[in-house]
Amino acid sequence: MKVHEYQGKEILREFGVPTPHGVACFSVGEAVAAAQQLGGKVWVVKAQIHAGGRGKGGGVKVAKSPDEVRQYAGQILGVHLVTHQTGPDGQVVRRLLIEEGAQIVKEFYIGMVVDRGAQRVALLASSEGGMEIEEVARHTPEKIRTVHIDPLTGLTAAEAVRVARDIGIPDAASAEAVAVLQGLYRAFVEKDAMLAEINPLVLTADNRVLALDAKFNFDSNALYRHPEIVALRDLDEEDPAEIEASKFDLSYISLDGDIGCLVNGAGLAMATMDIIKLYGGSPANFLDVGGGANKEKVTEAFKLMLKNPHLKAILVNIFGGIMKCDVIAEGVVAAAREVSLNVPLVVRLEGTNVELGKKILAESGLPIISGNDMADAAQKVVAAAKG
Amino acid sequence: MSILINKDTRVITQGMTGKVGQFHTQQCKAYANGANCFVAGVNPKKAGEQFEGIPVYATVRDAKQATGATVSVIYVPPSGAAAAIDEAVEADLDLVICITEGIPVHDMLRTRYKMSHPGITTFSESNNALAKGRIQGKRTLLIGPNCPGLITPDEIKIGIMPGHIHKKGHIGVVSRSGTLTYEAVGQLTALGYGQSSCVGIGGDPINGLKHLDVMKLFNDDPETDAVIMVGEIGGSDEEECARWIKANMKKPVVGFIAGVTAPPGKRMGHAGAIISGGQGGANEKLAVMEECGIHITRNPAEMGRTMQRILGSGK
Repeated sequence: MKVHEYQGKEILREFGVPTPHGVACFSVGEAVAAAQQLGGKVWVVKAQIHAGGRGKGGGVKVAKSPDEVRQYAGQILGVHLVTHQTGPDGQVVRRLLIEEGAQIVKEFYIGMVVDRGAQRVALLASSEGGMEIEEVARHTPEKIRTVHIDPLTGLTAAEAVRVARDIGIPDAASAEAVAVLQGLYRAFVEKDAMLAEINPLVLTADNRVLALDAKFNFDSNALYRHPEIVALRDLDEEDPAEIEASKFDLSYISLDGDIGCLVNGAGLAMATMDIIKLYGGSPANFLDVGGGANKEKVTEAFKLMLKNPHLKAILVNIFGGIMKCDVIAEGVVAAAREVSLNVPLVVRLEGTNVELGKKILAESGLPIISGNDMADAAQKVVAAAKG
Repeated sequence: MSILINKDTRVITQGMTGKVGQFHTQQCKAYANGANCFVAGVNPKKAGEQFEGIPVYATVRDAKQATGATVSVIYVPPSGAAAAIDEAVEADLDLVICITEGIPVHDMLRTRYKMSHPGITTFSESNNALAKGRIQGKRTLLIGPNCPGLITPDEIKIGIMPGHIHKKGHIGVVSRSGTLTYEAVGQLTALGYGQSSCVGIGGDPINGLKHLDVMKLFNDDPETDAVIMVGEIGGSDEEECARWIKANMKKPVVGFIAGVTAPPGKRMGHAGAIISGGQGGANEKLAVMEECGIHITRNPAEMGRTMQRILGSGK
């Protein structure tokens, strides 16, 4: 689960990481009032959306007067901000962060990730802040410093001092840099994050270290023990289809093709998308109904897929293990009746009670196309979508 | 022969008395020699009771002492599952299979840390040094979490896979996915190829045995003639395994990777891709596997037939 920059900064401050003073705003009036409240001569008006690349997309502006704050806030609020992470339609800006300006001497990058190879938390740090770390990794990987952290000791002061020195933070700012690095690590562990990034971390003219941005991604499996993180969820930032799916415990991701897929199991669901592509079609979604699918879940899954205006055909691919094919078949028949299906439906069933399942489909009187195996079903659904 | 488990394996079920645990314990008990294999359950509140004739003990250690069991399977809900693994490791079992899906990553990081050797270098610039240090320090091996379990057909099934699609034979199967493993097994069985053992290593980022670890076991197993390896996007375990295969594997390997069409960055925080050097995509994995001599197929419906082409028909 992602949060906004201003929420991420609140978390950072809780763990002793300094940030510029700022106020979250929902209107132009609030933005101007925030600038006046913050004081100073320079403010930064920052669009708050969950995607990165906001600066390049025009969502971050430096204002030198309250009038400019008013002007920029008016320009940014409500706009469909397009960045390399939003897709072509962009994301509507509904919130702003108004922040005091900082005198930046140098920019750095620090981040925490779960390194699955090492099975440790890894700290990544670089002298190349303010640009995408992926680009740094691609062109100058030697400029990224990686430290795997011992969970027993946490990030030690000695390790943090060395990292700060290695990326070029001057000794005069070392103590504050250590506090930032250790604070970020503690926030990462205590809040069950999968990713935490400060980019840029800046050195100011008076040798202070400040987090100018904050990006968190929290482990959805650990949200049950973090109601304070759940409270930060912004549904406006999420795909409505994915929110709807999560209500029914379906795992759903929208894609840009026209063939809907309903599958049990994440690996088989991905493989189903792959085989559709292999035979010249294009999947409209990833949809894993999970191990305990029943009639209600299958019906909701059909409704979700049918909300997609680009949908031209549906492929149901089930390998029944514990889940029985006859139960799925009954669900498919009931769902097809309830939602008045208006696109071709191809069903491939395999596994437990497969004969019974096929019989139920055949006797339903519905125009269901039967796939004998995965390849046959994929070819049939691609042909039907082109139909 | 087989790998990791056979008809003589004795199993403790942690979380046996829950709804999921009850159902799958019945299924496992009904498969092949299961009635003799599943000898104990664990639940501190129900010690002394029985389920389906299987005695319940307060702790894993108690269950091990009373029955001589050396393997456990875990159906405990996510919030308590990592602690259940810890308990099995502390009881010094040979093998723990954790079926539970949805365990917080930081819980698994702590559990894996407890299982690892003390003395691994922790302040290192080299990812490879740590990857090599990924030895399971305690004796106990872990499979999963978030996995279907493992099966040696006609002998024993530990986990949630449908037993009836399997057939005894000489093909090993190792996979990160559940139903996609069944797909591979189903194709093999339909073509007449039985399996020596099938291992689901699970889809979580922090887990126990990797493709590589299981591949080594299959390489040494005289009853395994060839292996199907099923992977998916994320991490670089498949690449690591492929490089080992190139240098060491004596048997043919068929490979498939799911997720060629998966949108990048949708699941994985993208800084995670930096660590593995920009790897993790299905095409990158397939390229490395092909280069290492693995017989890859890009078609998930062709896993069985690809194996058939390599081994020749008539088996």
